[in-house]
Amino acid sequence: MGPFRCDKANRPRRMYLPYREDQKLGRFIALLKDIADLNELKIDPATRRPRVEGVKRRISDVDKRALEAAIRLREEHGGEVIALSMGDDRTRAAMLEALAMGADAAYIVNDDLAGVDTLATSKVLAAAVRKIGGFQLILCGEMSLDGLSSQVGPRLAELLDLPQVAYARRLTMEDGRMRAERDLEDVDEVVEVELPAVVSVVREINEPRIPSLMNIMRAKRKPTVEWDAAALGLSTDVIRETSSVEVLKVEAPLVERKRIVVEAETAEAAAERLAEIILAEGGLEV
Amino acid sequence: MTVDQKGVMVYSEERKLELQLLGAGRELADKLEVELYALLVGAGVAGTDDLIEHGADKVYVVDDAGLARFAVEPYRAAVLGAVRKASPEILLIGATKRGKELAPRVAAALDTGCMTECVRLDVDEERRLVAERLTYGGSCIATEASRRRPHMATVPTRAFPIPQPSEGTGDVVRLEVEVPEPRAVVIERREKTRGDLGLEEAPIIVSAGRGFREREDLRLLEELAEVLGAKIGCSRPIAADSGWLEEWIGLSGRKVKPRLYLACGISGTVQHAAGIRDAQIIVAINRDEAANIFELSDYGVVGDLYRVLPALTRALKEKAE
Repeated sequence: MGPFRCDKANRPRRMYLPYREDQKLGRFIALLKDIADLNELKIDPATRRPRVEGVKRRISDVDKRALEAAIRLREEHGGEVIALSMGDDRTRAAMLEALAMGADAAYIVNDDLAGVDTLATSKVLAAAVRKIGGFQLILCGEMSLDGLSSQVGPRLAELLDLPQVAYARRLTMEDGRMRAERDLEDVDEVVEVELPAVVSVVREINEPRIPSLMNIMRAKRKPTVEWDAAALGLSTDVIRETSSVEVLKVEAPLVERKRIVVEAETAEAAAERLAEIILAEGGLEV
Repeated sequence: MTVDQKGVMVYSEERKLELQLLGAGRELADKLEVELYALLVGAGVAGTDDLIEHGADKVYVVDDAGLARFAVEPYRAAVLGAVRKASPEILLIGATKRGKELAPRVAAALDTGCMTECVRLDVDEERRLVAERLTYGGSCIATEASRRRPHMATVPTRAFPIPQPSEGTGDVVRLEVEVPEPRAVVIERREKTRGDLGLEEAPIIVSAGRGFREREDLRLLEELAEVLGAKIGCSRPIAADSGWLEEWIGLSGRKVKPRLYLACGISGTVQHAAGIRDAQIIVAINRDEAANIFELSDYGVVGDLYRVLPALTRALKEKAE
């Protein structure tokens, strides 16, 4: 096993077997991305660039629902829920929340890898998943709400040679098989797949639980393991070199709105004014 | 991949989108002075002429009984087979939901990057693909460059116009690809009752949010829509959670550009904002004066939509006469 950055007390309690060979451990690995809270993101009016520094962090909402789905499956079928994230020191807070929600253990790949693309990220996560092993299902959100790339789930399936089911809004398991309802543009499908598999979920799958105070206290005693790239047999230089999409610029588009509030004593008067405005703006033109 | 990768290849399982990709691809191919390839995948496929008339210099066809219906694993094999044969330097895939499942798998197999839902595309002096796409929940636009070949991007519907058809000539190359059985098996399929509602072309849209308490209350919006000749849209919860309407407007749904957008009981999340950014005039009605929708609007009424909407419908009716 590679070096751990954490203290000994937090080491996992058992040795992990190569993935697939120890499926009976029945692990559900939920991939979580720790992102800037988009509701608190402000745009610098001069540069039009988002100010990310100092913005509160949170688990990307759809990923949190993937974790909730994992916890519900464990509650029904047994097994173990593992929260896994590639992040940094700040990710510990997100993982504590995951543990408080009900994850049994948390793993953070914590190294100097900020800004690498999905090609590099999925290679790192695939290495971590292999090392954790013993899983029957890998779950993630259909996309992270900051990057919006929808890439990591399918890429992991490819790298681990597993079947994938995307956009699941309902998941059930039976006899080593998973059944998922998924919503495409033109059809609703029910898909069945043998485990292990990778599944991405949509927002509608569930409402994530809010952890009780008791569970928040308990979370601090659950194991959190931190790996650097070397612990996964990878080098940060190589990973950064692998990263193939370079972000040249991020800017908020300039859309000026009038932001006029229609003042009126009553709803009827407001409606009257609004009707005039709609006509003036060409609302009834044919 | 080999160093002599050349050409621009486009693929979508949706014909209309593939034609749009041919428009996007033509521009890139001309700049790079290379050929434009279209890819056609399925069982008993037809329409190679159509692709050539819309600009393809060559059409690669993978026709196999195992490709009758889209599934990621067989389609992945087909696309990879064509990419290995044609060896393009750029591969564009239509960003339907299916396309977005397929593209990252193909990219991972080719050990390359992939930029998701690109709305503008260009190549730089180093022949790299440069793209613009939404990021930070749809609040910002990122300009990204791919530095690994084949350069890959997915492209959403309607980002590029369908090119004018012309009488062209092109080769058709039929490929034999070994197609695996999909491991994820579809055991039930239900066609959606309504398809495209035409929201993307609608000049006026009235739209419902969680301010509506019951499905029946949507009639308030229907009555207004009738007076205005508007289409009815909604925010994600109304369609995806409640199922009152078939499709929603926003980052993950339709992106609209009407002359007039009327948001009724919509709070105005970052995701919804990404879907209505290109509207000319946005009007909001919401009870909560602190709702973010007022930040996104030209005109706002702080009030109960259950009172404002019927009054607005009446007022407009009177003025129309």
